[in-house]
Amino acid sequence: MTDLHRDPESSEESARSSVGNLPKTASTDVAHQPTHPAPNPAEAHGSVYDGLLEGDAAHWAFGTDFEDPLAGVDTTIPEGVDARALAAYSLALADDALIASHRLAQWTSNAPDLEDDIALANIALDLLGQARLLLARAAAADPSLVPALPEGSPVPPEDALAFFRGDQEFRNVRLVETGNGDFAVTIVKALLFACARMAVLERLVDSRDTVLAAVAAKGVKELTYHRDYAGRWFLTLAQGTEESRRRLEAALRQVWPLYPELFDTHEAERVAAEQGVGVDPATTRDEVDAVLDQVFAVSGVERPEVGRMAAVAGRTGRDGMHTEALSHLLAEMQSVARAHPAGQW
Amino acid sequence: MTTPRLTAVEVVGHRGEVADYLDRESSTLRERAYAVARTVTDPELPMLTLGDLGVLRDVEVTDDGEVVLAITPTYSGCPAMAAMRDDLVRSLGEVGIKARVRVQLSPAWSTDWISERGRTALAEAGISPPRHGVATTRHTGPVPITLGVTRRSVTCPQCGSAATELTSEFGPTSCKALYRCTDCLEPFEHVKEI
Repeated sequence: MTDLHRDPESSEESARSSVGNLPKTASTDVAHQPTHPAPNPAEAHGSVYDGLLEGDAAHWAFGTDFEDPLAGVDTTIPEGVDARALAAYSLALADDALIASHRLAQWTSNAPDLEDDIALANIALDLLGQARLLLARAAAADPSLVPALPEGSPVPPEDALAFFRGDQEFRNVRLVETGNGDFAVTIVKALLFACARMAVLERLVDSRDTVLAAVAAKGVKELTYHRDYAGRWFLTLAQGTEESRRRLEAALRQVWPLYPELFDTHEAERVAAEQGVGVDPATTRDEVDAVLDQVFAVSGVERPEVGRMAAVAGRTGRDGMHTEALSHLLAEMQSVARAHPAGQW
Repeated sequence: MTTPRLTAVEVVGHRGEVADYLDRESSTLRERAYAVARTVTDPELPMLTLGDLGVLRDVEVTDDGEVVLAITPTYSGCPAMAAMRDDLVRSLGEVGIKARVRVQLSPAWSTDWISERGRTALAEAGISPPRHGVATTRHTGPVPITLGVTRRSVTCPQCGSAATELTSEFGPTSCKALYRCTDCLEPFEHVKEI
């Protein structure tokens, strides 16, 4: 296209000279000039994009196809295990990771400094990886969970689950969906979540489901870094300035009502634990409390004395009963995928 | 644990050697495939081959004569898996071998699988290699939380000084921490032990 061959300097010059003394036409109306004209494959002399994707497309992020995170992995259901129960359990673990990941990713470019920007993005990436594997595991165990998409849609099952379910179909605990707040709120949320998830994954390595066991074994290594990161920042904020301590204590009081829900035994967890593929989070409570007490003691912070956030008609996050925050999060996270259900990415 | 067991080609590592090796008529399809696959480099750490990084876990030839390579992610969210797969399939295709890549999740990748040659290549590229044997130390009971700064004896890959300090446990890729040398003042990356 001719636009691409135009000298940018002269282009700017003509745009400037057009202001005020020339009638706006398609070529002089700079405000409506496309900044990056789309390549036209019919152009005889080709475009600047030609050749970019020839040869090794793998070097271009946009040139790589979706990878089935479980490609070639044996997803046979262990004998005697109810596939739907296994899927429901995997979905709950996946949704915790997915929503926590999205919240942390919202810090990207907004963290107090570059190192923490990178740290939070890394933690988000680990959790996103866990979520992909777990969503794929859920979909393989019970395909009926996966939302139906238009015929021929290339969206893989893990993405259909992430981007095409409504809020009430998400099974995450409410702790992970609530807003990031200030840095102290994010650190408290990250600490409570990492402590609880760590304790579950440490037990899940013995799951009879080899996929869950493998995800857990790798997850433990990752969570070790996440929990240390959150714990160290908790200590730093507690022992930092008067203001950092004030914010930390306020954050702890704000987040604490969502802590007990992490240990509720939901039906999906009860059945999965009974069948030897999952972990009943109630069994981890004492251990997680002990780790937190250690952090509180070193930080010189008292365990908050505030009650838990109420269930709504007996239902909490695992039942699909969420706070308004999840709807806003999903609107942002899902909008592009939903606008292009047949899109190739 | 499944690891590549091809002792016949253990000595083969660099591209030039592979070319010689492939001329030998005695080599089997599996050996030829492994010889090429292990020299494909990591997209994010191009000084390391997938063999030296330890992510290439297995090579097998099915009854139908198809070559199947197994790779394992370094971290759950490793964004380079698709690039590795494509690089492997293409590299084997270039020598006329049609291959498929499968994911192997277990056992989880450990930095202890980075070969000695890989560690040397990292250091030569200015990246502090992970300490060997630390990652796989078995914990009995729950993993303890560490509220103090992680103590590693990390030496500066630029000047060799042991006077280094941790800047952040998280770096530009999942597998690296950020360090700074307090002698030569250069920042550098350390592949953290997992």
